[in-house]
Amino acid sequence: MRTGAALDVVELAAGIVLAGAVVALWRKDLRALISVLSLQGAALATVAAVLAVHDGDAGLGVVAGVVLLAKGLVIPGLLARVVRADPGSRETAPLVNVPASLVTAAVLVVVSYLVAGHLTALFPDPLTRLAPLGLATVLVGFFVLVTRRKAVSQIVGLLLVDNGVALVAFLLTAGVPLLVELGASLDVLLVVIVLQVLATSMRARFGHIDLDQLRELHD
Amino acid sequence: MLLAAIVCVPLGAGAFAAMLPWRRVIGWAMALADAAVLGLAIELAVQTDHHQVAGGLDGVLRADALSAFMAVVIGAVSLLASIQSVRYLEAEITRGEHSARHASLYSLLVQVFVACMLAAVLSANLGALWVAVEATTIATTFLVGHRRTDKALEASWKYVLICSVGIALAFLGTVLVYFAALHVPGHPTGASVLDWTSLMHDSHRLDPGVVRLAMALLVLGYGTKVGLAPMHSWLPDAHSQAPAPVSALMSGVLLTVAFYALLRFKAVADGALGPEFTRTLLVIVGLASLLVAASLLLTQRDVKRMLAYHSIEHMGLIALGAAAGTTLAIAAVLLHILGHGLAKAVLFLASGEILLVEGTTEIDKIPALLARRPLLGGIFGFGLVALLGLPPFSLFVSELNMIRGELAVGLGWAVGLSLVAMAVIFAAVMAHSRHLLLGGRVASSSATSRLVGIPLVGGLVACAVFGLSAWPLQPLLDAAARVVVR
Repeated sequence: MRTGAALDVVELAAGIVLAGAVVALWRKDLRALISVLSLQGAALATVAAVLAVHDGDAGLGVVAGVVLLAKGLVIPGLLARVVRADPGSRETAPLVNVPASLVTAAVLVVVSYLVAGHLTALFPDPLTRLAPLGLATVLVGFFVLVTRRKAVSQIVGLLLVDNGVALVAFLLTAGVPLLVELGASLDVLLVVIVLQVLATSMRARFGHIDLDQLRELHD
Repeated sequence: MLLAAIVCVPLGAGAFAAMLPWRRVIGWAMALADAAVLGLAIELAVQTDHHQVAGGLDGVLRADALSAFMAVVIGAVSLLASIQSVRYLEAEITRGEHSARHASLYSLLVQVFVACMLAAVLSANLGALWVAVEATTIATTFLVGHRRTDKALEASWKYVLICSVGIALAFLGTVLVYFAALHVPGHPTGASVLDWTSLMHDSHRLDPGVVRLAMALLVLGYGTKVGLAPMHSWLPDAHSQAPAPVSALMSGVLLTVAFYALLRFKAVADGALGPEFTRTLLVIVGLASLLVAASLLLTQRDVKRMLAYHSIEHMGLIALGAAAGTTLAIAAVLLHILGHGLAKAVLFLASGEILLVEGTTEIDKIPALLARRPLLGGIFGFGLVALLGLPPFSLFVSELNMIRGELAVGLGWAVGLSLVAMAVIFAAVMAHSRHLLLGGRVASSSATSRLVGIPLVGGLVACAVFGLSAWPLQPLLDAAARVVVR
């Protein structure tokens, strides 16, 4: 894993995860965002699969399969159902415009590299050096979450955060223990199902799922 | 065996409730199950006193005095909540707001929620702890939205989204602790890397730089679930929109179960970094929470929102107490967790009863409660006295001891600031409750159901007893505090 083709594949996949998060900043078409998530899920599964083969770790192989199924297929599928019920929906007015968002993303990437210095100092390994890509994905996801008003965009932000965390976990530790990893994947899946149900009932009740127009609860 | 039984009793009860349409007797069966949990938790506390550790389910579950204490708090509050649930669900079905099926779903989710909290405090592994805390979010989302109104829907959306992000950050923190532990020479590998015992054993050898980053993420992440500023904004909405028994469980124990996770990680981080770093983080979030609570309590018009902001205040106080970190202070934090759990549960349940008999929880519309409904008004009044930290209730003792602990480690300035915030909160709550309890004149008074009176008075009496006498709790509190203090 320290050199060679396997490392190249992991580097590419990790790059795709961060690139996906940046694309989510400037594409306003919600369906495009869902494809991005699907691609990220596949990239994460690839990272896990390569590490599983390299380390001969069957448990991690199972995790790769679960990640592919949950993050690559089921979760994007659930989101697509929400979007299909509302054709032509776009993120119309994010709180921060696209150029400013992209500049912010660049700053967040730099911050991630600075923060990750502690990680590489402990274990200077090619995989550890990729961890800032995951941290940057977490930060960009957080940014998407706080600047977007559509329900689906907010779920996308949450999932970007989650994918970033998963990438860091794979790169640093080849995944946390199997039980925890599977529990975490299941939890994410359930959260998305819960959010999908909520989004559907919000549409049934309000006729839209624009969080800006929900302002009944405030101080 | 005992540990597995504690987690499985509520799960079994929930499954039982889900299979049958809800009837009064099923509501009582749920209360019985929670009473059994409380009994088993007390038995566990007796066993784990004197530093003994109980294990179960092939090392997945584990209990020391701290876990046993938390299990007792969970058992006590869920018993109160499930007794009130009987009355709540019965009233809803009578008024035709919900079907018996809907009530069954409610019972199932409440019991799963309780089981998840028990699993969180009894898990041997800090990763499994995370899974259990995240599962509580999923179990409670539909409970927050149970009333299916616009506001309830908005509150549950906010709740699940903000808490999931927070808990994702906590997972990143957990991963970093795992990474640090993997690179300690001689540390056990495989599934037991994140086991509490092995982490504590090697905590002084963990890489300080990585642990510092991890702890910042953990305080922010689990802090979201605790309701600490700056990630508190879900709390007033969720707690005010949920049905009263669910609010009681969320405010009374869920917040402190998340805080329990922070206490565990704090002990590990203190080993790697010394106490200063985590102390600074906890002082910042604690004071920020007190500030938020003090500034927003003044303008509240609703009983349940007032209580919710009061929870943010108390979480700020225990964060400050934990920042002090001495055995005295941690024992006081734990007593505060129990006292706040009981008093807050009683108040939320009383507010549920107010909603039931008065039709509203807006403070302006329910004057002179004390004269019109002496028992309910009395419970609410004494509950507020307890929550404001006045004697004879246990919160007085625990606040005093937390302050003593904070002064002992040189946090006098933080104590000063927190006292100012508490004084503002005191004045705000007094102003609101004076109208609620005394304002206006009334013609007649009416009685309150015994189903409400007995458990709620019982909760307040327990809170007062623990304030007046250290027995039987003090040895357990000390043993529990020593688990996380070096």
